[in-house]
Amino acid sequence: MLEIRELYASIGEKEILRGVNLTVKPGEVHAIMGPNGSGKSTLSSVIAGREEYQVTSGDVLWDGKSILELAPEERAHLGLFLGFQYPVEIPGVSVSNFVKTALNAVRAARGEEALDASSMLKKMREALQLLEMDKGFLSRSLNEGFSGGEKKRNEIFQMAMLEPRLAILDETDSGLDIDALRIVAQGVNGLRSAKASFVVITHYQRLLDYIIPDVVHVLLNGRIVKVGDKSLAYALEERGYDWIKKEVE
Amino acid sequence: MSQDELLQEVTATDYKYGFYSDIETDRMDAGLSEDVIRRISAKKMEPQWMTEWRLEAYRIWLEMDEPDWANVNYQKVDFQAISYYAAPVKKQITSLDEVDPELLKTFEKLGISLNEQKRLSGVAMDIIVDSVSVATTFKKTLAEKGVIFCSMSEAIQEHPELVKKYLGTVIPRTDNYYAALNSAVFTDGSFCYIPKGVRCPMELSTYFRINEANTGQFERTLIVADEGSFVSYLEGCTAPQRDENQLHAAVVELVALDHAEIKYSTVQNWYPGDAEGKGGVYNFVTKRGICEAYAKISWTQVETGSAVTWKYPSCILKGDYSIGEFYSVALTNHHQQADTGTKMIHLGRNTKSTIISKGISAGQSHNSYRGLVRMGPRAENARNFSQCDSLLMGDRCGAHTFPYIEVKNSTARTEHEATTSKIGEDQIFYCQQRGLNMEAAIALIINGYAKEVLNQLPMEFAVEAQKLLAISLEGSVG
Ligand SMILES: Nc1ncnc2c1ncn2[C@@H]1O[C@H](COP(=O)(O)OP(=O)(O)OP(=O)(O)O)[C@@H](O)[C@H]1O
Ligand SMILES: [Mg+2]
Repeated sequence: MLEIRELYASIGEKEILRGVNLTVKPGEVHAIMGPNGSGKSTLSSVIAGREEYQVTSGDVLWDGKSILELAPEERAHLGLFLGFQYPVEIPGVSVSNFVKTALNAVRAARGEEALDASSMLKKMREALQLLEMDKGFLSRSLNEGFSGGEKKRNEIFQMAMLEPRLAILDETDSGLDIDALRIVAQGVNGLRSAKASFVVITHYQRLLDYIIPDVVHVLLNGRIVKVGDKSLAYALEERGYDWIKKEVE
Repeated sequence: MSQDELLQEVTATDYKYGFYSDIETDRMDAGLSEDVIRRISAKKMEPQWMTEWRLEAYRIWLEMDEPDWANVNYQKVDFQAISYYAAPVKKQITSLDEVDPELLKTFEKLGISLNEQKRLSGVAMDIIVDSVSVATTFKKTLAEKGVIFCSMSEAIQEHPELVKKYLGTVIPRTDNYYAALNSAVFTDGSFCYIPKGVRCPMELSTYFRINEANTGQFERTLIVADEGSFVSYLEGCTAPQRDENQLHAAVVELVALDHAEIKYSTVQNWYPGDAEGKGGVYNFVTKRGICEAYAKISWTQVETGSAVTWKYPSCILKGDYSIGEFYSVALTNHHQQADTGTKMIHLGRNTKSTIISKGISAGQSHNSYRGLVRMGPRAENARNFSQCDSLLMGDRCGAHTFPYIEVKNSTARTEHEATTSKIGEDQIFYCQQRGLNMEAAIALIINGYAKEVLNQLPMEFAVEAQKLLAISLEGSVG
């Protein structure tokens, strides 16, 4: 469903991605690990279509078709979701209003009617329940004054509402307490059973106890340098990245 | 009332205001003089005192200089080139085909029905018949409560004692250049009186009245809320009003007697000129209210139109424990210029005022907030809170804040907060990633930013104001 081929991307003069290859099939979970600054967030931004980054060569295919020419919202309409490492605040826009606007925009783009108010509310309630979140959360201003953990849960809440076909979760586990981690994983696994695919970016093997990955990739200096199964995550947790850096050299 | 009678009433109304009648004959030649003012007054069959009042205003105006302290630049108005008595719609429009397609597009975006479109662009009679029937039932409900709501011309004829008592008491003819000019030449506007203890049963709006009589470029509005009464007044419809005239110099006076409350909401969307900055309305408006004891006046404005706006809805908090509020969103795009804000004059004890101003600048526009908070020597324990926020879109626009604070009583307190922000690329990208296109993303962010003010508007008005903000920013990005 998602295929990244020899992707090179840079910002200004600085080359950040240097030949990334990654193939994600329906229902698969891929984990990407890698040291700070290795290009993980850049990769997710490029897939999502952030204009700041220039793709200098390579391609990103969705169901076999290139999406590089598509605007970010068009990619979202296809069913791509990005859980941000640093979710932004939008003052004065409530969580419910934001999610409603987003879901209806996606539906409209797919030629579906807007959800009526009661179905919308019902859907929100279900998502909140799944994520063990309080109803009061809906009327809060989007991410404004949210704790780190609340911001991350809000990302998962939106994911649950939008039901993407592929979700990239950029360090959604950072800053979460153990309970929240379990809850977030619940949200992911709920969607996973419906054949959605995931790219989970994380620094910690811990998350992968809850969300069992099919493949683990190590990104180093803008390149995937090692691919393995779950045991690779354990090895990284134990030994850090130095041995991989040495291997690469 | 039968259909025929209704029709007749409409035709009569139209004739009276020169809307569908032969406009050329009803239009005075350009120029301003005592003679012109006498003729305006005569055409309106005004009593002698009114004519004199106008002439006095004219003499005052002659002695004054056009103000130039506002942070705006524009080609000075040639007052001798304006016709002071003319129907506001210069052309007689008989079909929608003759209406500016840009205007129709805007109507469509606002979700205004075709019939409504015709009505707003001054077309079809049958639709006006409809709205007259609305206006008629609505007048009956008001009359039962003793509420007077009519045009200023009618008020001068029918309620001279009230007009005489209050006209010019809040904004004297000597107040400023444009107020003096307005006093001399105003052709129409709204008059509203709420009797003691009456809660006006509906929101009053010029939107309804404007169908009966088109108000001119020099509107004069006077609202008197007698003791313990309440009224909510909406000015301007949210649909764009194309104004071919250059200068719009209105005066609005509010009088809130003891324990009365007036809520005055405006959505101003006069023609802002085109994207290159050609054309558009100069909106030089004086608005002020006076509060007696325990009275409250609340101004809410959403300003998206006009090429140049110069406007400071103000409150004189004369009575003890009176309250003044000002909630404003001013959006400028392309080459628009706005210099707007408020004055809160605290005279009485324990008076309270709140100012929430949200400026949004895009394109190459300039947006200034200018506010004065004055605590007089008698204003013990007076309180003010001001919050002035500016939002910039792009880097060719400007936002400016000019807060003036004068405190003459040591127990009075003022608090002022100001912020300037930009719509972040990351905010837009976040919205886009969730499926919103760029324009929808910006509309959402802007409406969130302006929410505190939009919340003050009556429900349906708020919804339209939101759409208007979004439309006004179209083409400002991407
Ligand atoms: N907008 C930008 N301008 C300049 N440099 C950037 C920009 N975005 C990313 N970079 C640089 O690109 C490199 C990769 O950044 P990226 O955020 O993708 O790393 P990451 O793998 O997500 O790191 P972390 O684990 O800390 O989140 C870093 O050196 C970073 O400084
Ligand atoms: Mg990162």
